[in-house]
Amino acid sequence: MILIAVALVVLPHGLSFSQQEILVYLVINILLVVSYRLMTLTGEWSLGHVVIMGVGAYTSALLTKRLGFYVPVSMIMGALMAAFVAFLLSFPLFRMKGFYFLIGSFASAEIIRLLWKRFREPFGGPKGLKRIDGLPNIDIGPIHIDFFEPTAYYYFALIVVLVCLWVLWRIEKSLVGLTFHAVHWQDKLAQASGVDVRRYRTLAFVLASGFAGLSGALLAHYIGTINPNSFDVEVMVFVLTWAIVGGTSTFYGPILGCIVLTILNEIVLRELGFEQMRPLIYGAIMIVSILFMPDGLESLVKRALARWKSAPPPPNQPEEAKP
Amino acid sequence: MRFGGLTAVDKLNFNVQKGTIHGLIGPNGAGKTTTFNMISGFYRPTEGEIVLRDESIAGLQMHEVAHRGVVRTFQHSTLFAEMSVLENVLVGTHMEFRPSIWSALSGRDAQQRRGAEAKAQEALDFFGLLGFQHNLAGDLPHGHQRALGMAVALACRPDIMLLDEPFTGMNPEETKHMMKLMGRLRDSGVTVLLVEHDMFAIMGLCDTITCMSFGKFLAEGGPKEIRNHPDVIQAYLGGARHVA
Repeated sequence: MILIAVALVVLPHGLSFSQQEILVYLVINILLVVSYRLMTLTGEWSLGHVVIMGVGAYTSALLTKRLGFYVPVSMIMGALMAAFVAFLLSFPLFRMKGFYFLIGSFASAEIIRLLWKRFREPFGGPKGLKRIDGLPNIDIGPIHIDFFEPTAYYYFALIVVLVCLWVLWRIEKSLVGLTFHAVHWQDKLAQASGVDVRRYRTLAFVLASGFAGLSGALLAHYIGTINPNSFDVEVMVFVLTWAIVGGTSTFYGPILGCIVLTILNEIVLRELGFEQMRPLIYGAIMIVSILFMPDGLESLVKRALARWKSAPPPPNQPEEAKP
Repeated sequence: MRFGGLTAVDKLNFNVQKGTIHGLIGPNGAGKTTTFNMISGFYRPTEGEIVLRDESIAGLQMHEVAHRGVVRTFQHSTLFAEMSVLENVLVGTHMEFRPSIWSALSGRDAQQRRGAEAKAQEALDFFGLLGFQHNLAGDLPHGHQRALGMAVALACRPDIMLLDEPFTGMNPEETKHMMKLMGRLRDSGVTVLLVEHDMFAIMGLCDTITCMSFGKFLAEGGPKEIRNHPDVIQAYLGGARHVA
């Protein structure tokens, strides 16, 4: 635990400027994909999650630009707005299940995205919003924090995201999370036991959307410019790929997928100059992982853990096998 | 109850007395399970009334019916196969221990969870499943899975239990044991309505039996009456002349 904490604090200092930027995106994306997993706990896969993230980004950006909200407040408002939009969408969408829900979520998300594109006022049309205020600098005596610095924003985002992950984790491990699982595996039996299935589906959708909205707001105030294409299907495919390659049966699966694929994507592929082919390669990775690793990267970790647990080193010569 | 042009259950009328075990029998396709599905809220009856304690519950959703104390089990082994046995029954305690996000975040749910687990273990103990509580539900043998389905229902603390073919897939020993348990359930004040093909169990267990055939009411009475009722014999064995 402490090792991980130290690593997270030290991490940005060993990286180049552009890598530090990627690190910020990575932290934000982790929140996005973990919130997506909360939704999938009830068995519904949405194709609108990234647009919901965009709702948070747009809301927060507009509130600061037009109404001069204080940035952290507007971020929270963005999250609430995303949750509210999800609540409204739940009425038509949860008349459907499974594949139909998937298509329905995609269609309704596209409608939202096209609205941003169509209306120059207030959404800025296809060009989107520019010069979104960043987090205000902090100047208290000798302490001076400039959040345009990726390192500073990284720490800010890291704290926010860790708090969110803790909240999501607590929810999943509680009886609420158990009920989500129940709704997923046998909605009929859950309902016969008095679970209002529709309500729990909506709850998962709204919660996941709220956290997605927050991740969108975090993103908007960092890059400073958003447009409808920042939240199109291509990004959604990335999120899906992270979740599928990582696996969704454990909490850490999607995080693992996100980290591994981001490193692969940004560092390996960019260095090799495969910029243009990235979507192609991403697609290939997804297919290969479904074929050969259907339970995701997490299954490798699980297997390693199981082996480690089932064969503890004999008490007398524990160091023998190690170099 | 009609499905398009097919009338599955037609003008069926029967009463279930509180604190009894009431059997619902009939040849295959008689509409027993459809009747169950109507009572439990899985189907909305196209016509007619279902009255519970002077309140009409026809057309309510399944979870609303459950909140009124009527809990059902399903045919086959409808369980949360990927969850542990204890977790399965924990879902059954849902109504008594309302999960909430706020208590989950503040850590107040620890006590709630202990309470729920105690209740769940009580239900498991009743059906003799306590030793399996950490196994995956999907890994249990068939007879135990049926018992687990009933344990989930029992954890809901129902007033009325609707059991859909509870003895299917049990060997005679298990059936006898389960019959004893059901007798104890009744004695503790739970009303049981069951659909079953196992005549040994039905005759040995039920206080009242309603027999239906092709969606219609056929006969009602105690085990002895039903056994000797000419219409029932005809429904099961064919035309009267063969019997005679």
